[in-house]
Amino acid sequence: MNATTRHVRYVLAENPISAVAAALFAFFIVLALFGPSIAPYDPLASNAARALQPPSAAHWFGTDQLGRDILSRVIVATRLDLLIAVSAVALSFVFGMALGLAAGFYGGWWERGVTRTADTVMAFPLFVLAMGIVAALGNTVGNIILATAIINLPFYIRVARAETNVRRAAGYIEAARLSGNSNLRILAVHLFPNILPPAMVQVSLNMGWAILNAAGLSFIGLGVRPPTPEWGILVAEGAAFIVSGEWWVSFFPGLALMLAVFSFNLLGDALRDIFDPRRRT
Amino acid sequence: MLKLISLRLLAATPNLIGVIVITFILTRALPGDPAAYFAGAAATPEAVEQVRKALGLDRPLIEQFFRYVGDLAQGNLGLSLTTGQPVAQEILTRLPASLELVLAALLLACAIALPLGVLAAVRQGSWIDHLCRLITTMGVSLPVFFTGLLLSYVFYFLLGWAPSPLGRLDPMHSPPPALTGFYLIDALVARDLVAWWSSLKQMILPTLTMAIFVLAPIARMTRASMLAVLSSDFIRTARASGLSAFTVLGRYALRNALLPVVTTLGMVFGFMLGSSVIIEKVFSWPGVGSYAIDALTLSDYAPVQGFVLAMGVLFVLLNLLIDLAYTVIDPRVSLDA
Repeated sequence: MNATTRHVRYVLAENPISAVAAALFAFFIVLALFGPSIAPYDPLASNAARALQPPSAAHWFGTDQLGRDILSRVIVATRLDLLIAVSAVALSFVFGMALGLAAGFYGGWWERGVTRTADTVMAFPLFVLAMGIVAALGNTVGNIILATAIINLPFYIRVARAETNVRRAAGYIEAARLSGNSNLRILAVHLFPNILPPAMVQVSLNMGWAILNAAGLSFIGLGVRPPTPEWGILVAEGAAFIVSGEWWVSFFPGLALMLAVFSFNLLGDALRDIFDPRRRT
Repeated sequence: MLKLISLRLLAATPNLIGVIVITFILTRALPGDPAAYFAGAAATPEAVEQVRKALGLDRPLIEQFFRYVGDLAQGNLGLSLTTGQPVAQEILTRLPASLELVLAALLLACAIALPLGVLAAVRQGSWIDHLCRLITTMGVSLPVFFTGLLLSYVFYFLLGWAPSPLGRLDPMHSPPPALTGFYLIDALVARDLVAWWSSLKQMILPTLTMAIFVLAPIARMTRASMLAVLSSDFIRTARASGLSAFTVLGRYALRNALLPVVTTLGMVFGFMLGSSVIIEKVFSWPGVGSYAIDALTLSDYAPVQGFVLAMGVLFVLLNLLIDLAYTVIDPRVSLDA
């Protein structure tokens, strides 16, 4: 087997938690792809006679206040949450890396403008900014994705700019320029693949953060609205029942949230161990 | 020192300007028409137009912006549509509640995470190290509202140890005379131990919830920083000179490892300001966050504007404080604007 596979196996063996994270991640991807076909009941079918039943053989996660099966709702919500997270992170990755690359490579006013914008966005507590954006633009899934993408931009801009700055004067870049490569080609073919490792770690961590963000926004009533199943809304719906003892309505969606974010965070760590062991914490 | 502070303030001005501009844009983009609200439900379109003119909402956006900045300079953040109270007043009254929570959570998080990070660094690679990483990563993966609800359920409903999550003080007790707005401090000053104990009990759950969420960044940064410092030459010399492990760790290593941790604390404070919004909703805490959310759901834009602005300004000032703290911690750090 070649060097990369050996390295990956070494990293996974040294930190067994990484293997667990990878397995969890795969599990959630499967749930997101095949969720609606696996769910035992219709997530939107209410049945008042069976409201607020604790977990049982028929309903593994119990039922909520409208008699809907919580297991089905949690499974179906996986798709929406992962969709939001992936779209938001993809958007901010593409635009953030592009802006950061340009800022680091060209310097001058371009760099100053981009850095100032990133600093201004980071001058807010990010959740507050997301709140403001969704409130201003309207309560739709698209706006949650947009808001999450905007607040995650500065991370990628910073990473891309810092890494590009370091490599801008490197030998191979000079050689590429001398060989007649245009600036665009240098950026895309030579610089971008080299700054990818730290960005990949950031992507994984940001996915977890994006899911938490979307859930938090739904919890305070901005964003996805009931009866659409989304983990944050499921927890919010169950919040009223916690103090009267019906813990399962909030617990299982919250557990799903935690496991998903947990696996993304651990995956980010594993990626960092594989690509850039010097940056371990 | 004064020159340094004023230089840093000057450097922070573009950030402040950016915060003001973004706040203005955000809330002018909010849905809902304040003119229609003021004019009332039975108003004719002409009446709504008159009200709009009186509020200055028909002027071009640039002019509105300059009026807004002028108002800000006079400390006028507008009136809340729903309560009729000046927003600045309301925010100032409620700010100590939020700050008390955030500061207490920061203290608690440091008290747990710093030793944890040091332990993980000293015993690198052992099961303690892995356990620390597992615990802190779980803490940061839990959504804040979920932790809050779970803790309420376990400690209030099941065990009955904590009081009901109904705000800062037991409804039967009256708050201490307002000095700083921090109940813990005010109660001590007024020697009102009943109120002090009651407010402490009410604070435990929300503080714990917030602290759990920020354990991870602090612990990890401490661990990384300690690892870097522990492998340096002066530590090797200290050990070779026969100093006890405690002296080496506490007096030499920790102080030198502190700088990146302070940076992380600044970032963490920002997280906490943001998550305080959710925690205040879960625990019915009368802070600025719940004020803003209640206003948001009623399309009342002045409080939201004031809230976002206040948070942004607070954050910029905090970063300034952290920069100044650098020079105190490490005199070799020179800050030029």
